[in-house]
Amino acid sequence: MIPLNWLLLVSAVLFAISVAGMFINRKNLILLLMCVELLLLAVNFNFVAFSRYLGDINGQIFVFFVLTVAAAESAIGLAILVVLFRERRSINVEDLSTLKG
Amino acid sequence: MELVQILFWVFAAVLAASALAMILVKNPVHAALLLVLAFFTSAAIWLLIEAEFLAVVLILVYVGAVMVLFLFVVMMLDINVEELRARVTRYALLGGIVTGLVVFELVSVVWSRSLGIDVTVGATAQPAEYSNTAELGKVLYTEFVYPFELAAVLLLIAIVAAISLTMRKRPNLKQQDISAQVAVRREDRVRIVKVDAVKPDAPAPEEKAP
Amino acid sequence: MNESLNPNLLLAIALLPLVTAAIAGLFCGTLPRKVAAGITIAGVALSFLGSLHVAGSIFLHGADTFNGTVYQWLVTDGVSMQVGFLVDQLTALMMVVVTFVSLCVHVYTIGYMADDDGFNRFFSYISLFTFSMLMLVMSNNFMQLFFGWEAVGVVSYLLIGFWYKRPTAIFANMKAFLVNRVGDFGFALGIAGVVYYTASLDYTTAFGAAEQIAAQTFPLPGTDGVNAMTFICIGLFIGAMGKSAQVPLHVWLPDSMEGPTPISALIHAATMVTAGIFMVARMSPLFEHSEYALNFVLFIGATTALFMGFLGIINNDIKRVVAYSTLSQLGYMTVALGVSAYSFGIFHLMTHAFFKALLFLAAGSVIIGMHHEQDMRKMGGLFPYMKVTAITCWIGSLALIGTPFFSGYYSKDLIIDAVKHQHHLQPDNWIAGYAYWCVMIGVFVTAFYSFRLLFMTFHGKPRWDANAAHGDAHGDASHAHDDHAEHDDHGHGHHGGAPHEPGWSMKGPLVALAFPSVLIGGWTVGPLLFEGGFGKSIYFNAEHSAMLEEIGHSVGDWLHFGVHALQNPVFYIMLAGVLSAYVLYIAKPHWPDAIDAKLKPLRVVLENKYWFDWFNENVIAAGSRLLGRIFWKGGDTAIIDTGLIGGTTGFIDWAAGVIRRVQSGFLYSYAFWMVIGLVAMLAWFLSRAH
Repeated sequence: MIPLNWLLLVSAVLFAISVAGMFINRKNLILLLMCVELLLLAVNFNFVAFSRYLGDINGQIFVFFVLTVAAAESAIGLAILVVLFRERRSINVEDLSTLKG
Repeated sequence: MELVQILFWVFAAVLAASALAMILVKNPVHAALLLVLAFFTSAAIWLLIEAEFLAVVLILVYVGAVMVLFLFVVMMLDINVEELRARVTRYALLGGIVTGLVVFELVSVVWSRSLGIDVTVGATAQPAEYSNTAELGKVLYTEFVYPFELAAVLLLIAIVAAISLTMRKRPNLKQQDISAQVAVRREDRVRIVKVDAVKPDAPAPEEKAP
Repeated sequence: MNESLNPNLLLAIALLPLVTAAIAGLFCGTLPRKVAAGITIAGVALSFLGSLHVAGSIFLHGADTFNGTVYQWLVTDGVSMQVGFLVDQLTALMMVVVTFVSLCVHVYTIGYMADDDGFNRFFSYISLFTFSMLMLVMSNNFMQLFFGWEAVGVVSYLLIGFWYKRPTAIFANMKAFLVNRVGDFGFALGIAGVVYYTASLDYTTAFGAAEQIAAQTFPLPGTDGVNAMTFICIGLFIGAMGKSAQVPLHVWLPDSMEGPTPISALIHAATMVTAGIFMVARMSPLFEHSEYALNFVLFIGATTALFMGFLGIINNDIKRVVAYSTLSQLGYMTVALGVSAYSFGIFHLMTHAFFKALLFLAAGSVIIGMHHEQDMRKMGGLFPYMKVTAITCWIGSLALIGTPFFSGYYSKDLIIDAVKHQHHLQPDNWIAGYAYWCVMIGVFVTAFYSFRLLFMTFHGKPRWDANAAHGDAHGDASHAHDDHAEHDDHGHGHHGGAPHEPGWSMKGPLVALAFPSVLIGGWTVGPLLFEGGFGKSIYFNAEHSAMLEEIGHSVGDWLHFGVHALQNPVFYIMLAGVLSAYVLYIAKPHWPDAIDAKLKPLRVVLENKYWFDWFNENVIAAGSRLLGRIFWKGGDTAIIDTGLIGGTTGFIDWAAGVIRRVQSGFLYSYAFWMVIGLVAMLAWFLSRAH
């Protein structure tokens, strides 16, 4: 039997690592997207852990939806990335400052 | 310590190590592969806590689809990795601090704010004939049928959006324009030229001939 | 046989001069001179006739006092502002005086301004002045009074600066305007006090509420609170001090001589400057309730009467001597007000209007005759050359010093009598004693400077040179005031000859004014003052009316009153003044210089006019400028411009500069801030839940 706090601990570590990853790989758009995936995984970890602990299947349904949204997000994110690369021959985030007012 | 718990720690260690490696390696392809590893170990842990369906979905959807997409993109694009790794230490300190804070806060949530529940115990094991998939299905197609449909639409939109974003017209690509073919009219193809009937000049009188 | 006055007639009297002023003023560029002069004179003449009719109705036929509104301007917060007329004996008298003197001055101007470019403009101004003055005296409410008050001030400003190309004239009119603002401040406060206590601008309401006002205390900051009536009256009197040139607000009047001489006669001697006297007399129901205010009035008046007379002694500019004489006589009128002898003050106002206008016009005649020479040291022996001017000037001077049977005698002697009674009634009141001595010495001073003027101008050895270039007067700017700057080319064709008598348009008014200067006093003293001539228009409290009655018994009719002079020390003081002048300026002409040398310090004091101008210039004006500079540099530039406006934009600019960096446009920075925000939110969530 795996205690709840172990799972939460793993989730927290995973979350922290992905946050750190966003800082370290701040220039690489692909790695940023990967870190987002990892972030969502950490969140999903919590959902699953609590769902099992509380015996409530709804938590897992939530994970299901999160997975859906995450898949859609990465699909579109990658599509944007491809278009971007086609335009600029680069995925360096520092080149993307046209949002600046 | 039970076998399950030993396995959990093994998987957890692999998970943490692969995640850490993922954010540190230079090569995006390696990073993607390490992320695949992380997803695999996560799925393993989910199996240990009896969330079998989601574990399977995680591997099928993420590893099978999303991560393959990632690899596709990474390999397809000619990315200058060196440039992207430059000056990585600039935000390292800040990143470290923020990460530390996140860990501290999350851990303090887990330990100090138990909200009256005992976090040191786990869920009781389900009986052998219990089907996680069946249970999820019952809820998903009854109670959550509308969100489920919405999720499906969302995915459809994502597909359309991704295709429309990436599709482009190549200037020198020859292709059929069916609507133009269908809409074509006779006048576009056939030109009727009215030609007057002209009688050819009468041959010279015979009498000149010798 | 009580007839009532026709409001339309009153309206016509007031508005005719306005209409003619507007015509002459608006078309001053195109209207022929004769037409402009003709219509303005016709307007004033009609006004004068109307005024005579009104006065006749009131004094001879006992017409009812007219008190009515002709136009309601606006009502705000229950206070009604309107144009209305209150015509009683006091008003009727003032109307006649104003229109008569104005008419004389109009006629006189034809000759005086004959060769001035601003001929039409001048006529427009003096007609406008007549209108304003009539509005002032005919008013039945404080609003209209204030309007007239300011309007005459504006016209005075315009006329002092009539020769606007002359810097001294511009300085003088600015000075008059500013000094009058000080007075108007008090006046406005006084009116505000009336409105505060009665919620009405109407005279009748205010007078009716006098008792209640006097019973209240006004919480003046810095004091334990003063009597409300004292506050109001002193405020109103400060206005009168500005307009009637009482010490210390007198400084503008001598400088106002920069204006053309007819104006000095009309505005700065006969009518406008007496507006303050008139106003206090009109407000007698208020002033009678405040002993303090009356003592204040008395003190100011006495000081003006004596000390401004001294200044007349040392001046050599013929117009300025008359101007200081005006100040001194205004002081006499104020003294009369101060001892509650309002009717005497108004009586002196009336007689003074005639003989002082006469003196000014005579002075103007001399100035024209001498080709714009104003310095008396360059005159002398003019009598044979300009007999009419000299004789009328003699008459005016005799009236001014109070020769028995001349009109000035009756009015001035009565004032001195009233002060004496007041002194006897209140032996402990040092102000009454001071005033008594001031007016007594003032008689000597008046006689002295008046005859000094006569002797220096018309008698003795001629000190002018008929052939001398007129231009030498120009070198001494301070004595060439009436010198038309635009006439330096001497284009008027009578330059260089001997002094000559001006034409009849100037002599006529002199003669016309000479008659009332002699007769009006004796003719009206009895009926007007002691037989209830003023009716209810002037209010006395019981004590004061008893005093006046006593004076009335002691003087008897005009004949006895005149003969009575021989038993009166005032007469001998006056004679002493005349004799001193004779000795110093005819018999022993070298004495004045000797005396001068002996009394050098006194002369310095007088020549500096007691340093009032110096004080105003260097303390009040400089202090105001300093204060203005402090507020400008410190308040406006530093706090508002740099601090508030510049600081606001500067802060926004700075803050925007800082915040702009957040909007880097880099995706990772937004992500970064999101994470930071998440961490902060989590921290807050944690800290809150514990």
